[in-house]
Amino acid sequence: MSADTIFALSSGSPPAAISVIRVSGAEAHRAGIALAGSLPAARQASVRALRDRNGSLLDEALVLRFDAPASSTGEDLVELHCHGGRAVVAAVLEALAGVEGLRQAAPGEFTRRAFENGRIDLTEAEGLADLIEAETENQRRAALMMAEGGLRTQIERWQAHVLHLSARAEAAIDYVDEDSVDADPLLSRDCGALAKELSQWLERPRAEPLREGARIVIAGPPNAGKSSLLNAIAGYERAIVTDVPGTTRDHIEVALALSGVPIRLIDTAGLRDSDELVERIGVDRALKLVEVADVVVWLGESGDAPPHPQLIRVHARADIPDRGPAPAGSLAVSSLTGLGLNELTRAVSELARAILPVEGEIALNRRQADCIEQARDSLDAAGKACDVVIVAESLRQARAAFDRLTGRAGVEDLLDALFGRFCLGK
Amino acid sequence: MFDVLVIGAGHAGCEAATAAARRGASVGLVTFRAEDMGQMSCNPSIGGVGKGHLVRELDVFDGLMARAADRAAIHRRMLNRSKGPAVQGPRVQADRRLYREALANLVRESGVELTVCEALRIVLRNGRVEALETSVGRLPCKALVIATGTFLDARMFIGERILEGGRHGEKAASALGAQLREIGLGQGRLKTGTPPRLDGRTIDWARLERQPSDDERWTLSCLGAGIELPQLHCAIARTRDRTHAIIEANFARSPLFAGAIEGRGPRYCPSIEDKVKRFGGRDGHQIFLEPEGLDDALVYPNGISTSLPEDVQREFVRSIAGLERVKIARPGYAVEYEFVDPRRLANTLQVQEIEGLFLAGQINGTTGYEEAAAQGLVAGLNAAASALEMEPVRFDRRTSYIGVMVDDLTLQGVSEPYRMMTARAEYRLALRADNATTRLGQAALSAGAASPRRRRHIEEHLEKRASSDWSETQEARADALYAPYLQRQDREWEAVRRDSRVWLGNAFDYAAVPGLSNEMVERLSTARPDTLDQASRVAGVTPAALSALHVAACRAAV
Repeated sequence: MSADTIFALSSGSPPAAISVIRVSGAEAHRAGIALAGSLPAARQASVRALRDRNGSLLDEALVLRFDAPASSTGEDLVELHCHGGRAVVAAVLEALAGVEGLRQAAPGEFTRRAFENGRIDLTEAEGLADLIEAETENQRRAALMMAEGGLRTQIERWQAHVLHLSARAEAAIDYVDEDSVDADPLLSRDCGALAKELSQWLERPRAEPLREGARIVIAGPPNAGKSSLLNAIAGYERAIVTDVPGTTRDHIEVALALSGVPIRLIDTAGLRDSDELVERIGVDRALKLVEVADVVVWLGESGDAPPHPQLIRVHARADIPDRGPAPAGSLAVSSLTGLGLNELTRAVSELARAILPVEGEIALNRRQADCIEQARDSLDAAGKACDVVIVAESLRQARAAFDRLTGRAGVEDLLDALFGRFCLGK
Repeated sequence: MFDVLVIGAGHAGCEAATAAARRGASVGLVTFRAEDMGQMSCNPSIGGVGKGHLVRELDVFDGLMARAADRAAIHRRMLNRSKGPAVQGPRVQADRRLYREALANLVRESGVELTVCEALRIVLRNGRVEALETSVGRLPCKALVIATGTFLDARMFIGERILEGGRHGEKAASALGAQLREIGLGQGRLKTGTPPRLDGRTIDWARLERQPSDDERWTLSCLGAGIELPQLHCAIARTRDRTHAIIEANFARSPLFAGAIEGRGPRYCPSIEDKVKRFGGRDGHQIFLEPEGLDDALVYPNGISTSLPEDVQREFVRSIAGLERVKIARPGYAVEYEFVDPRRLANTLQVQEIEGLFLAGQINGTTGYEEAAAQGLVAGLNAAASALEMEPVRFDRRTSYIGVMVDDLTLQGVSEPYRMMTARAEYRLALRADNATTRLGQAALSAGAASPRRRRHIEEHLEKRASSDWSETQEARADALYAPYLQRQDREWEAVRRDSRVWLGNAFDYAAVPGLSNEMVERLSTARPDTLDQASRVAGVTPAALSALHVAACRAAV
């Protein structure tokens, strides 16, 4: 396969103590030699002087060589562990760009190559993708767990279990003669039990809120102080990572971490009856956002609050003299003075944390959950069917669902899903 | 000059020869002994779960097995009657002599020319078959089907005695075996076995559980004439503790455990010494006593195949209730034989590198008459195609058990004798014994291998399906029963179809795909799947390897 040789800074943005630059592909070794003069033996680290093509010294770096297929990408690979100054890193990257046949890697391209070359399976690739995108410590640990094959191990256990159930059903069909191994009376019960186990997994917190942040929707009537509250919370937590301006005129979204919990704080249009078209659309959207919210922060009258299981009532603008005291169950907050902001952010982050995966537990993403749900439904059907042939067919479907999960079946579909995720760009 | 020459007149050979003849080829059939044509060398029954499905499919192409078995049937049972129609399997006990006669008649009527001789050497030129050297001279041919069963370099074991030969009292084909190894087709050895044959007159039938024949008058062939012969009953006996003790005490004298036999036997049809070793006594193992014929006193005790010495066989058999005074007419024995790696075959059963050379039956690592006969059909239809430059006939695993078997054999290969089981068919709900004509009728017509009578039957059946009173038929009711599951399978099939469009082809260079381990490269290079979908069924291929393959194939296509 004549893929390009790619390179990229693989560690975080400089400045840092050390920056790792990786080169992968057929020309990787040649590129390494071009910069370092020579390469150490495979899988051994050695110090080399890196020079550009004019012979000027760029850095003293630790250089590692890996030979295909025994590398993380499955291709020839060189790692340059340089000093992590901006200028050094920029110079080394520039020197690599000057080597013929090399180009800067696209996002996720190292992972893609690892996957294409059979170094990692789909669930591990998904974990790596999450790992790369991880912004908080919790996200990082969950992604790492996935990348290390935590889910794969669990799936293998389920697969073995279903296979065993299948074998029992098949025995009753294909071995009619043998002592009438007729209906295995416990088979239905055991199918049902496994279905229940899968259901419990499906009820666990999912990966998406962790990856994308829990959706915290600030809602209330117009002029209730929603926007100031958003600004106050966002400003209060200085460690904002990105500001995402609202894609529509009616709501604004800010991504931030509250006590290490990733959230998306969403400000919505004020809720009221309106004859004006644009405003009505805005109100409709706000209502929809409230519906899909993980947590709603309600700034209106207590009695007007939308029904939502995770609702925080806020008595906003508490600094205004004639506002009066907060009613019972409402939290007095002032965006202006900062009154109650600490309590509010603590309440928000506690509720958000509850919908996030528990640290150290595997969290399923949507695709994975879909497959497991199909397996669960099939097992459920197997547990209820009377004809052993239907039991066997339902178990076969459950097996197929697990196969889709790991990439055994429907390769095309899986790759579609994966490629979509990695924005590989053809 | 023959268009097609077939070596071996067993179940595969006879089907191959007559199938080729039905497609219009001039066919020669080479055998050691004419009287052994269509011999049932193991148990005297045809059909069963999965196997009965194969027989019905074969019948749609005017194969011989169903019609011969109907003419010789002396006991009928529809297996799995209490379960869904998809897995009901018709099985008959056939009178051994009548079956042979019926088959011989059908072969004779087909115009196939019989030659009694020993096949010695295949003559190849420029990668294609040119002739067969035999003990009576050179027979030129355009295509050759090897259907020698267990006779390739076979050895029989009765206790400590080892005999050359693939069946009781017969010789082995060693010269041909050596040549196939030379060509590089030999893979290894497999083992199979038979029980001792009992003299039915010395069995105390009154003390045994009776197993009557079905009352319902069904036939294996849809052109069947109905029941003509008197129907006998079978009986069930059971081993007991003393039986197991005798067998256990003599483990050391079994060639299986003494290490004389290296070939692997079928796990699902173990010898009695294997059963005792692996499962202990349990509460006794079942033995089905099957009559071998109307005028034949021999009884086949199904379930106690063994290679223990004769004296041990006598002792343990007589420990069984009802068999205390039984006489063994012929001892049981194990056969070890050479088989070829079927992954070297295309799905037409033609050897990948040799134009015109086909292999069918037990030589491909299968066990059972039905599996052999079905392969005979595939090889025969395609040998004729090769000789006469006609369209090959390929079977799909979605529409037939024959397709499942050929796909499994040629992609996955075998490590133990391959027996058809419904569990092998992922589209099992659609592949019923009662809808074979619906599934394969059109294919049989297109292959041009159907007699006028068959053609009429298929056409009428397909017309009937379109008529208004179809819904009243049993087949339509079964269709309706499974309809929701079949619709779901259709959706799954879509995903498979997408993968089948990713073409790898015969010349694909697996070694050039980065990231494929040597083991994957070896497995894939041997099986040579045509498509990604087929590759996914090659044994041991991992999801990661499939992904790598997919990407490589897509790049190669650009």
